[in-house]
Amino acid sequence: MKKLITLFALIGFGFSVNALAVPKIQTWTSDAGAKVMFVPANSLPMVDVRVVFDAGGARDGDLPGLATFTNALLTEGAGELDAAAFAENIESRGIQIGSNSLRDMAWLTLRSLTDPEVLSVGLTRLSEALAQPRFDQDAIDRIRDQMHAVLRQQEQSPSDIASREFYATLFADHPYGAPTEGTKASVDKINLDAIKAFHKKYYVAENAVISIVGAQTREQAEQIANQVTRDLPQGEKAALIAMPTQIAPVNKKIDYDSSQSHVYLGMLGMARHDPDYIPLYVGNQVLGGGSLVSLLGEEVRNKRGLSYSVYSYFSASRQPGPFVMVAQTKNTQVKEAAEVMKETLAKFANESLTEELLKDAKQNIVFGFPMQIANNSKMVGYISMIGFYDMPIDWLERLPRLVNEVTLDEVKDAFKRRVKVENLSTVIVGG
Amino acid sequence: MRFLTSLVLALVFLGSAHASVTEATLDNGMRVLVKRDARAPIAVSMVWYRIGGSYEEPGSTGLSHVLEHMMFRGTKNTEPGEFSRTISALGGSENAFTSRDYTAYFETLAVEHLDKALELEADRMRNMTLNNDEFLRELEVVKEERRLRTDDKPTGLLYEQLMSTAYRASSYQNPVIGWMNDLDQMKVEDLKRWYDMWYQPNNATLVVVGDVEGADVVAIAKKHFGSIPRGDVPQLRETPEPPQRGLTRVNVSVPAKQPYLLMGYKVPVIGSGAEEWEPYALAVLSSILDGGDSARLTSEMVREQKLAASAGASYDAYSRLPSLFLMDGVPNEGVNLDQIEQALLEQVKRLHDAPISSDELKRVVTQAVAQKVFAADSFMSQAMELGSLDSIGLDWRLVNVEIENLKKVTPEQVQAVAKKYLVERNLTIARLDPEQTGAQQ
Repeated sequence: MKKLITLFALIGFGFSVNALAVPKIQTWTSDAGAKVMFVPANSLPMVDVRVVFDAGGARDGDLPGLATFTNALLTEGAGELDAAAFAENIESRGIQIGSNSLRDMAWLTLRSLTDPEVLSVGLTRLSEALAQPRFDQDAIDRIRDQMHAVLRQQEQSPSDIASREFYATLFADHPYGAPTEGTKASVDKINLDAIKAFHKKYYVAENAVISIVGAQTREQAEQIANQVTRDLPQGEKAALIAMPTQIAPVNKKIDYDSSQSHVYLGMLGMARHDPDYIPLYVGNQVLGGGSLVSLLGEEVRNKRGLSYSVYSYFSASRQPGPFVMVAQTKNTQVKEAAEVMKETLAKFANESLTEELLKDAKQNIVFGFPMQIANNSKMVGYISMIGFYDMPIDWLERLPRLVNEVTLDEVKDAFKRRVKVENLSTVIVGG
Repeated sequence: MRFLTSLVLALVFLGSAHASVTEATLDNGMRVLVKRDARAPIAVSMVWYRIGGSYEEPGSTGLSHVLEHMMFRGTKNTEPGEFSRTISALGGSENAFTSRDYTAYFETLAVEHLDKALELEADRMRNMTLNNDEFLRELEVVKEERRLRTDDKPTGLLYEQLMSTAYRASSYQNPVIGWMNDLDQMKVEDLKRWYDMWYQPNNATLVVVGDVEGADVVAIAKKHFGSIPRGDVPQLRETPEPPQRGLTRVNVSVPAKQPYLLMGYKVPVIGSGAEEWEPYALAVLSSILDGGDSARLTSEMVREQKLAASAGASYDAYSRLPSLFLMDGVPNEGVNLDQIEQALLEQVKRLHDAPISSDELKRVVTQAVAQKVFAADSFMSQAMELGSLDSIGLDWRLVNVEIENLKKVTPEQVQAVAKKYLVERNLTIARLDPEQTGAQQ
């Protein structure tokens, strides 16, 4: 335990916190103008690179699925190599390149051994995928087929149907309301011109954050960042999307031939930079954030045996994402489950939340924080998020401190102001 | 051979990493495996019991999994849920899982709290109260879990049907979560009997990976588990699978939108009596088919023939009983399951007819070497590797020679296992044919 330092001690709650010295994130700007985040990790001969763009589904415009479609195409052939040659080139060296796209962000990842020859091939492919994707018609047809298959799979999943409907209900015409996987009609409409235009606008250096974790020196990391972004046009940072507004509550029921009904209860939540971020985050840990320990878990699962999986979360995004409570139960019990969930929320800030529960949740977050960043893959995800949302560079030290400092009154006050039962919309899908 | 340097580097590194496993057996027969990984001041602690779905008898399926749920619901010394609350307040995360071959309980937490985690684990090894009211509620939770994972999930149903159709005698026919009918008639007394039979120190292995010294963990394990007396663990009577005599089919027709085909060949695993190299040849074969986007199934069925949105193959050489070599395909619109089946069978025929190329083999080995390094990034993966091998009766040191054994595989051996095992009389094909109902907006 030699790496321990005493970061702070809290008087009054009866527990003191010895937080470990968290790694310092190094940050700079690549030659091409992209923000870089770097944490050296020298124990394993490997390196992880993640390049994140403000190019998620919120940028789809009137073609839902365009961001996902474009992102998936990046690794289907780039530069001189078509999809087959691209895959063969990296996989014959044990390199992994992946892609993913959410509402706010879209990214590519590289995982490679540090052997210079291998890594160099991986970085070349990564930079080509970002800057010179081929968008071959063949690949476009293939991704379109795959997106249709995903849509069919969603249509046979009551939980996916409920989730899509929940977002559509809560965000209406706001960009967060459209499904990131698109619709049957929109996926059919997406064409080469739309894909090229999307790529040109959003896959640019000003709109990128590169995160690097692995056995590399600062100098090597600088070279990686420069190489990966070398061919990206500088471009412009994407404009901030509009602020969503709280809707008048809606109750929706979709009939589906399943044995369970899936319940989504929620309302507009908070943004990543919300002034209430810490109290709402810590409060939710008590309410429904803990995987096996939470008030929702106690009321819905442990006391009544109504649901296997019950939880709540705030999706803290660039703009406020949803606060949502989720459960699933056999069809005949769905009213009871929804009532218990509402009741649990209604009583939360006024009755249920105690100093004791708050202390346990705070300890869970603070003492558990080292586990959030304990290996390279977790670390690269975490610092990408910090970089993408422009969080303070000392966030790894700051978050546990802020969590520890939040008081019972602050949490109660934030929930009373921000999470009102009368604002809850309900989406139920089932038989 | 441009990648030779990286191979050598990685192997040197792996050699040193594996040197740090400490192995001990307590006087009561409990096994302890400790691997030092000091990258962060944390530890993953896992207690593995050699009990799971494949230990269960007809009429009692799901017993091991329901018992796993009950292990969180109170002992003579703790209230229901107290285990979880205690670990949570220490910053730990914890859960458990049940498979065909084992049940494992794990906590990830700051290394200074390892002692508390093991104290609680030792307590629930022998002190569960298994209260009837708690049981009845938890049983409902498990039924909801079954509805979520299987009954309302067409691909989950298809897998369950494939396994229960492919095996006539082997207990790998049992769904781990249990048949709903078996859950309906389960009694708390059944759980008590099951708990007393299998939750004994001589049927358990503690695995710890983290910033710990092997000797220290063994000492803590002795302190908490050492006083638990050795139990009388029954000898399991196996029901070996008789030879299959021909192609078997099963269709699942439920409300669904996406047709799907899943098929499996009966194959040996490490330790099941086959030639020692055969499971490794099957592992190579599975990567030839599905080791990424350059492997045969994606190259041909997805990119060239444009039949499937995705196609895959999988094989796990580490399994207590002989298992299935699985292949699957998700057809594109306008493609039917006959075409998917035919394309998959053509892939198998190609493996019969011609040896794989040396480039393909080289790719598979290079990927395996890299993936070994990548897996060492995860504390949990390292603990899983040790615990799962030990729990199915294999020597954990096999993980050290895995790459060597893969490298020894020849194209002729891959062809030989294809011809020997991937044949029609070993094959079961399961098809999901959507029944056209579903969401009515």
